[in-house]
Amino acid sequence: MTSLLNIAGLTIRYGATTALDHLDLAVNRDELFVLLGGSGSGKTTLLRAIGGFVRPDAGRIVLDDTDLSALPPHRRPVNTMFQAYALFPHLSVSANVGFGLRQQGMSRAATRQRVEAMLALVRLDGFGSRRPAHLSGGQQQRVALARSLAPNPRLLLLDEPLSALDQSLRRDTRAELVRMRRSLGVSFVLVTHDQEEALEMADRIGVMRDGRMAQVGTPADLYERPANRFVAEFLGAANILPCIVDGTAVALPALGIVVRTARPFPNGPALLALRAERLRIGGEPLPNAVDGLVTDSSYAGDVLSVSVRLADGTILRVKRPLADGLGSASIAPGSAVRVGWQPEACMLLPA
Amino acid sequence: MRLVLALPVVWLLLLLAAPLAIVVLIAFAVPADGVPPYSIGFTFDNLWLVASDPLYRDALVRSIRVAGVSTLICLAMGFPMALAISRAAVRWQNPLLLAVMLPFWTGFLMRINAWIGLLADDGLIVRMLGVSRLLYTDTAMYIGIVYTYLPFMVLPLYARLSRLDPALMEAAADLGASPWRVFCRVTLPLSLPGVAAGAALVFVPAIGEYVIPALLGGPQAQLIGKVLWEEFFANRDWPTASAVAVWLLLVLVAVPAAAVRLRRRFSRL
Repeated sequence: MTSLLNIAGLTIRYGATTALDHLDLAVNRDELFVLLGGSGSGKTTLLRAIGGFVRPDAGRIVLDDTDLSALPPHRRPVNTMFQAYALFPHLSVSANVGFGLRQQGMSRAATRQRVEAMLALVRLDGFGSRRPAHLSGGQQQRVALARSLAPNPRLLLLDEPLSALDQSLRRDTRAELVRMRRSLGVSFVLVTHDQEEALEMADRIGVMRDGRMAQVGTPADLYERPANRFVAEFLGAANILPCIVDGTAVALPALGIVVRTARPFPNGPALLALRAERLRIGGEPLPNAVDGLVTDSSYAGDVLSVSVRLADGTILRVKRPLADGLGSASIAPGSAVRVGWQPEACMLLPA
Repeated sequence: MRLVLALPVVWLLLLLAAPLAIVVLIAFAVPADGVPPYSIGFTFDNLWLVASDPLYRDALVRSIRVAGVSTLICLAMGFPMALAISRAAVRWQNPLLLAVMLPFWTGFLMRINAWIGLLADDGLIVRMLGVSRLLYTDTAMYIGIVYTYLPFMVLPLYARLSRLDPALMEAAADLGASPWRVFCRVTLPLSLPGVAAGAALVFVPAIGEYVIPALLGGPQAQLIGKVLWEEFFANRDWPTASAVAVWLLLVLVAVPAAAVRLRRRFSRL
């Protein structure tokens, strides 16, 4: 199966700054692809380039067999759901949702039918005659989604679609977006800076940095097997320690200890990344262990966040799950503890 | 504190309500020989005369037409200007707006006199266009009015257009609308409050315009502003002049009221 969207060598410059730097990307059919990155990483520029709102300086954007690069936005078979929704304030909800259909030349009667089906899909039946200003933020978000899906795009681009919603609504909406996308079978490319949102929603994630793809893969790929230090630190909390690899033995020269890894990695200097929640304090002995002094522990509801200072002064962050009777068991600062982890928890990265 | 709040009310009464009340009072008064040339009374004769006599009625209708046409020309010229300025690079916007307002730095009569020179039979424009004459025609009058009031159209339009969220235009294009349809379906409807404000700012002064038609227009062009002037100063018929002023005021109140209603319909957006 060939991919739906193919981007090759895409380069976009704004004056002296390079927003996208020879970027390559393939998006599959029927998938939710998340572009994840901090501000200035180029993720929004990439989305706008696919939509046709910025002109590439070099490279190609091909959807199926059509080269989009030369087409203006209104001729592209992709639609965008804008960050602040950009609903037309002078038009009713129905006219907003039907806007794209009317531009395609659909008759009034057929448009009305399709608009009603779209409003039912986003659970806004009966809201058609209202103005966008008279809707809540969550309802506006659903109108924007219905409007961008109504013309049946081959690819939907979503620019931070949940950022304007409050926390509790955001969680529900994530699952709903994923469910709706599955039922429609349309590919989504979604931009976000929220790593939790990316991990939870994405079929695949592209982590962006300085106008390039730092790594592309499934959420589990990126979390369990980050390709570099940037991805390891961007997704989740990771402790990074310099090390020297020799087979499955990983020497930590600053601490004077050797630990075991389960995954092969080229011999030589490298970085050892350890996820905070894969480290354990106390309990039965684990194959890898290091001693330290607790400097700080704070209660975070589901976990206890503990900072442990190692012999060389490095601070190791440990997340201790608060489940099954552990309660609020805090650890007094100054306590000597042993931090242990399994060989599988060792993630090795190029130095 | 109370005095500060009362002061604007005092100014309004003194500078707006009182003169207006006097004009209305005289419009209902009876003409008389003497000083002042009227005696207090209550008659509809003056208002009826102005409404029924073709001299006044035609001048009023003609003034409405001249002001209306001038407003439309200002709109047709001003909209593209305002749109271009609002879409120009940010660092160019203020210099361009300054250029629109630059003529106000020079006296109004001086600029109209400059137009007399430009439009004269041996002037630059007549020779370049190869027409027989421009000065003292309706065309010259329209040129003068449009020239004078164009900034009043451009500025409110620019204020509105520059505040429109560019994402709205992008969203329309994204949904398949060509640039022309984006303009018709999104940009233009959303700019209507600016159109209403600009139209009112041009129409209201243009309808009572006296100087430009007198200096650039033809002798046959009897506009209501000139009629008013002649009744008051030449004929010393204050009651009739006041009646003309009252009718003019009624027209002028009706137009902005319509504009305000239009604006209200769109300001809820």
